[in-house]
Amino acid sequence: MEQIIDIVLLAFMVVTAIAMIRLRNLFAVVMLSGIFSLLSAAMFVVLDAVDVAFTEAAVGAGISTVLMLGTLALTFRDERPATRADWPAMLVVTVTGAALIYGTLDMPRFGDPDAPIHQHVAPRYIVDSPREVGPPNMVTSVLASYRGYDTLGETTVIFTAGIGVMVLLGSVTRRRRRARPTTPATPAAPAPPEGRP
Amino acid sequence: MNHHSVLRTMTKLLMPPIMLFALYVQFHGDYGPGGGFQAGVIFAVAFILFALIFGPVRARRVAPAWVTTPLTAIGVLLYAGVGVVSLLLGGEFLNYDVLAHDPHHGQHLGILLVELGVGITVWAVMVSIFMAFVERGAAAHADGILDGTPDGTPDDREDGHA
Repeated sequence: MEQIIDIVLLAFMVVTAIAMIRLRNLFAVVMLSGIFSLLSAAMFVVLDAVDVAFTEAAVGAGISTVLMLGTLALTFRDERPATRADWPAMLVVTVTGAALIYGTLDMPRFGDPDAPIHQHVAPRYIVDSPREVGPPNMVTSVLASYRGYDTLGETTVIFTAGIGVMVLLGSVTRRRRRARPTTPATPAAPAPPEGRP
Repeated sequence: MNHHSVLRTMTKLLMPPIMLFALYVQFHGDYGPGGGFQAGVIFAVAFILFALIFGPVRARRVAPAWVTTPLTAIGVLLYAGVGVVSLLLGGEFLNYDVLAHDPHHGQHLGILLVELGVGITVWAVMVSIFMAFVERGAAAHADGILDGTPDGTPDDREDGHA
């Protein structure tokens, strides 16, 4: 039964991916990428990784879709049609894809309990985390305690991304410009012209 | 979207449950699926929904920039601060065992604070990024109409806050 669900979900994902490549309307592509994320979230649920599924559904299907729609509102709704076939790019993509598929031949079977990933540190976490850390949800123990450094790094990445977007889209400088009339005592540089991005 | 009274009423109805669910996900992460990342995103979704329906000006009154911009850093600082405190109390960086008398209580407290830091940063960053897009769109919209610049064709921008 689970195998049938896997096959159906993966088939849907392949169809969605092909549709995303073929379509030129970027609004439809963004919506399909949200559907792709939702399908992969369902895939994670089948794999009993509910925490990952939760993140994928909230971040991948929810927030990223909204943010990409916001980007579309600032740019264009349609992709410019390709004028000519780009053979070097095609070659690179084909070779890389073939190498990746060749690499999967060595990998353990899908969902194999004897896979190296399940033999390395996972047994220790499963056995020792109730004693060493405590929370019943082992994912939280690993995420916040055993792998606290990684999560700190991830949080910093999100912080950096936020600061980058704010600086690029100018909401930081625009706020200062709007705030200036309320503090007339500051002898600041002359206000930038109105059409400044 | 001032004329969509159904959407506006439903937004007002939906916002409290969304935020409550985010807090549940935040503080129940030790026991069930969830944690700071998911909770921050869900909490941000409530504000994004508000901004979509009521527009950026009213949304900025609910989540002003002087709140969201510092909170992006405060979350990371809270996370790193827990590490520094555990360092000062004689443990390793981010070793929560030393935060309380009992290692289990220390771990619990540390995980709670760390996840709270993650949640604060994720919420503030998501709201900030969305508001940056929306405000940029509104500004481009206004500039395009005022100046007639080529990058502001009204057809592309008619839906600036979506």
